[in-house]
Amino acid sequence: MIPELIRRRAILTGGAGLLLAGCDKIIQQPTARKILFAGEDMQKGLQRALMDRGALAPEYRRDQMSPVFRTNGTRDPGTPEYRALVENRFQDWRLKVGGLVGTPLSLSLRQIGEFPARRQITRHDCVEGWSAIGEWTGPMLGNVLKAANISDRARYVVFTCADLYGGQPYYESLDLIDAFHPQTILAWGMNGRMLDVGHGAPLRLRVERQLGYKHAKYLMRIDAVDSLSNIGLGKGGYWEDHVDYDWYAGI
Amino acid sequence: MESQTPPDPQGADRPRVIRRHGVVTRVWHWVNAVAVLILLGSGLGISNAHPRLYWGRYGANFDPAWATLPRFPRWLTIPANYNLAISRRWHLLFALVLGFGLLAYMIGGLVTRHFQRDLRIRGRELRPTALWADLKQHLAFRFHDPRDPRAYNLFQKLSYVLVLFVALPLAILTGIALSPGMNAAWPWVLEILGGRQSARSIHFITASVLALFTIVHLVLVILAGAGNEVRSMITGRWRVPE
Repeated sequence: MIPELIRRRAILTGGAGLLLAGCDKIIQQPTARKILFAGEDMQKGLQRALMDRGALAPEYRRDQMSPVFRTNGTRDPGTPEYRALVENRFQDWRLKVGGLVGTPLSLSLRQIGEFPARRQITRHDCVEGWSAIGEWTGPMLGNVLKAANISDRARYVVFTCADLYGGQPYYESLDLIDAFHPQTILAWGMNGRMLDVGHGAPLRLRVERQLGYKHAKYLMRIDAVDSLSNIGLGKGGYWEDHVDYDWYAGI
Repeated sequence: MESQTPPDPQGADRPRVIRRHGVVTRVWHWVNAVAVLILLGSGLGISNAHPRLYWGRYGANFDPAWATLPRFPRWLTIPANYNLAISRRWHLLFALVLGFGLLAYMIGGLVTRHFQRDLRIRGRELRPTALWADLKQHLAFRFHDPRDPRAYNLFQKLSYVLVLFVALPLAILTGIALSPGMNAAWPWVLEILGGRQSARSIHFITASVLALFTIVHLVLVILAGAGNEVRSMITGRWRVPE
């Protein structure tokens, strides 16, 4: 009876173990990998179908904010160029807005401060699982893109940053639904102060319906494009290109 | 195997084979079994990225955690080597299989009256004497009422009802609450769960309950006779124990 039970147990639990091991094997097949990666498009399609274009991420009260908002990703770009920008308090820094726009812009921090600012207390969700709530201040990205007369041919907006990953500037991208969302802002202020180096000074993206790695820090350039295929390796962002993170980070 | 049994001279005492599980239950069982195992494996892989659990709306390294989970070993995670992106790909695809599979099964179970007929728990079944009697039967490894062998016993019904109508829906709801996109679409989900980090904690606890159910389920299938039980979930045909 007992050896028989052990044998049966081995078959059942062995089956479960084989399934787990088989998962690693199966996604080496290109077709299986394609199916696995199609989950992202299904999630995106479902979420976009269930939410209004302008549906707002939850906003919080001051007393609901994280006591300490941890830094993540790059804490300091550390390049000589960036250090020089910090030394004269970003007076020489300019945000270039280009690509498929009628009026390319080169904006100083003061000029960005002249756009009407939105202030929002929102939750930042890292892909790893932690969350922090903070207050962000800055102009809506949509207003900056309108000021640059974004072209009708543009379908995506690409962000290029001052911090380097593998020797190349960090980059990310959004489609126009999220780029023109009212809570998608270019934040120059955080928790009532100017944005600090750890959190992406002088300017970072906030895209509140997506995960943290989409919120590009240390912004240097914004380009409107009609396709992501010529950006990096073609998947629209550093992590998307190099470690298979989802481009649509709504979950 | 049964065809090889020598014919009984009296013609009696033949193993009685009945139809145990309907096709809706059988298809859903296997689809769901694959989904649950993949979700548990990939979920443990995701847990390794930040193995701290918090209550409330926010929670990160400087905030107090109510639990710090162990690092789950490679033989339990999908993929075996730590890879958050690929764990997430498995998890988020099979979350759809689990969710829509459960929805289809719920509709099927109501339409075929499987739930009403086989899972209904009556008040008298929950009396302490009835519970005690069922426990004694379990401890004696007798899982079937000889007068009605097809019926589920009380503990079976209670655990199936708990898994089908509480644990699986809660795992799905807390999973939805972790999506910043769905937080914008359905903000009420976060409200009823008390914030995203509470939802994440409940998600982990619910997954643990489902993992425990799976282990107990497998042990009982073995004790009840794995061959007969597994066959009944594939073909529907089940040999009534002597």
